[in-house]
Amino acid sequence: MSLQSRHLLGLDGMPQADINLILDTAASFKEVLERPIKKVPPLQGKTVVNLFFESSTRTRISFELAERRLSADVVSFATAASSVSKGETLKDTARNIEAMKIDMVVIRHAAPGAAHFLSRVVASNVINAGDGAHEHPTQALLDMYTLREKFGKLEGLRVGIVGDILHSRVARSNIFGLTTMGARVAVCGPATLIPREIERMNVEVFHRLEDLIPRVDVLNVLRIQSERQQSGLFPSLREYHRYFGVTKEKVERALRPITIMHPGPINRDVELSADLADGEHSVILQQVTNGVAVRMAALYLLGTSNGEGGI
Amino acid sequence: MMHLLRQARVLDPASHLDEVLDILVVDGRVEKMGPSLAATDARVTDLRGKVVAPGFIDMHVHLREPGYEHKETIETGCRAAAAGGFTAVCCMPNTNPAIDDESVVRYVHEKGRQVVGGIVDVYPIAAVTKGRAGKELAPMAELASAGAVGFSDDGAPVENAGMMRRAFEYASMYGLPIIQHAEERSLAEGGSMNEGHVSTILGIPGIPSIAEELMVARDIALLRFVQGARYHVAHVSTALALRCIRGGKAEGLPISCEVTPHHFTLTDASVRTFDTNTKMNPPLRTQEDVQAMKEGLRDGTIDAIASDHAPHTIDEKEVEYTAAPFGIVGLETTVGLALTNLVHAGYLTLPQLVEKLSVNPRKIVGLPPVSIREGETVNLTILDPELSWKVDARRFKSQSRNSPFDGMVLRGKAVGIIHGKELWMDSST
Repeated sequence: MSLQSRHLLGLDGMPQADINLILDTAASFKEVLERPIKKVPPLQGKTVVNLFFESSTRTRISFELAERRLSADVVSFATAASSVSKGETLKDTARNIEAMKIDMVVIRHAAPGAAHFLSRVVASNVINAGDGAHEHPTQALLDMYTLREKFGKLEGLRVGIVGDILHSRVARSNIFGLTTMGARVAVCGPATLIPREIERMNVEVFHRLEDLIPRVDVLNVLRIQSERQQSGLFPSLREYHRYFGVTKEKVERALRPITIMHPGPINRDVELSADLADGEHSVILQQVTNGVAVRMAALYLLGTSNGEGGI
Repeated sequence: MMHLLRQARVLDPASHLDEVLDILVVDGRVEKMGPSLAATDARVTDLRGKVVAPGFIDMHVHLREPGYEHKETIETGCRAAAAGGFTAVCCMPNTNPAIDDESVVRYVHEKGRQVVGGIVDVYPIAAVTKGRAGKELAPMAELASAGAVGFSDDGAPVENAGMMRRAFEYASMYGLPIIQHAEERSLAEGGSMNEGHVSTILGIPGIPSIAEELMVARDIALLRFVQGARYHVAHVSTALALRCIRGGKAEGLPISCEVTPHHFTLTDASVRTFDTNTKMNPPLRTQEDVQAMKEGLRDGTIDAIASDHAPHTIDEKEVEYTAAPFGIVGLETTVGLALTNLVHAGYLTLPQLVEKLSVNPRKIVGLPPVSIREGETVNLTILDPELSWKVDARRFKSQSRNSPFDGMVLRGKAVGIIHGKELWMDSST
């Protein structure tokens, strides 16, 4: 079994078989993570560089852990210079990677397409750890893994994604992955934060949480960023919370349990109430645990020429 | 010096000529035309199967000089124009300094005479406002008498409605058109591609079609109010803006417009590669828009085809999509794309294409028509309508290579121009 591509740039167009392969592989790694010694050798002698042009603590740590547990040599590079005006940095960085004979690159960048750009100019395998508002494939894979673990399968599952869809790479990768796997996806948020023609991505659109909640099994709640208010996309965080904040009261009206997800970091009691985040139907911490297993799977499948080494 | 052009299909809409003829050129003038001419001492060029048309003009190019000579110079731009089949170009004023002063108009025009034997006439379009900043009117009377053929702040719109009104009023005294880069900034700001299905998938900030439509609609309302002004919409790209233009023309308002080859050839689906050579402003639109452009050319709503030739260096373009500058080169692919996608696809006849590349654009910028007639200075473009060729950006005469058409196979090509005593022929044919 092997993946179609030698890079993991996004879930747009990724075949169902590849998603299944990653999720199945992640299941074996999750078992490894339960062992007293959590390290396995498949990436021994391989060098992985984590290029984070945009600050991210949890995704970077998750990748680093995954890489180390696969015995890779790891170099991490983080810079605050996320501004797209520093575009030349990326091209020069790519050249340096080539010169240093690095095997795999994990990249997070503020510009959509940054990972694609890199994959065209370096010989290394490239993993997209988030490119602007475009894709964040490992996040969606770990979301799908978590849902598959909880519900047994993704087909027919009804998932609602709530919040700033316009600027969300998590939303896009989830839409691509979940619809490929046969789940039904709806999005809900203020009209100003829903991108045009999103219906053509096979999702339903809601602007009232009350209308969405009865129709879903899962709510994936996105982080709302206050700078969107400053750029005139919604009036205030207070109003956002009142109409789009996911709270226990709103969810309980469904009269059945709804699974709560969040890619983190949470603005408690803004987009998601603290009691729900910590409640019995929240899988937010499982998402974090599964993140390491899923990233190990992706690194393993790409880094060992599609899984030739044993786990 | 005598030159005999043998057996070309001579296509001259101005004199309703469409015949296979020999043309004898003596000292840069058409000495004689006839079905079969004899000239013993003449150099002979066999043009069987080729079409000879009045010299083409590209009414929308960026030659980058003065100020951005690392992208293009008047000389390299003129070479690219000649290689693309153009005997004249109108160049936009977004240089540094901007073409907002008569000395710059004269410099650009003069430089055009000096380079490449003067085979390509360079007609500057001057700025509407000083420094293209939208605050104060540029000295239009002086600019016009120095040789400017129109006014535009291209690259940026004339944003302020009051300023646009004054520009229409002032330019109307000299009969020159205001050429608008139609974009309502408050809607377009921050965008890098057309807003719609594809931008939603890619997470790239969008430029909505309404940004163009709204500005065209506003300008048409102003034009109706001012009277006597002339309005030309640069690089129209949306079906809805085109509908406004069609309506304005039906009302009898003095409106004209141009379309670029990329807007009748490519859609925003091309952006899915993240190739920054698909980034230009206005952006590539949808299939419906592309179709509307072809229909607009067919029904005459669109008067002219212009390249919006916008050279950028490889280093400037090889960056993240959102960081890349807008614009692509087009002088060397315009005729091939028009023949392939318009003539061979049945939207335009060859004579209609000649109107959109020679007759109409000259009319819009107030230049006398060129005609292939005995006694006239020779000014013509030679086409091989059937030649199949592959675009190779490395062989461009332009200093820049930023083309999304690199590698595309086209049917039909401009293979030469003759202008006065100068001749340029494609060496590969």
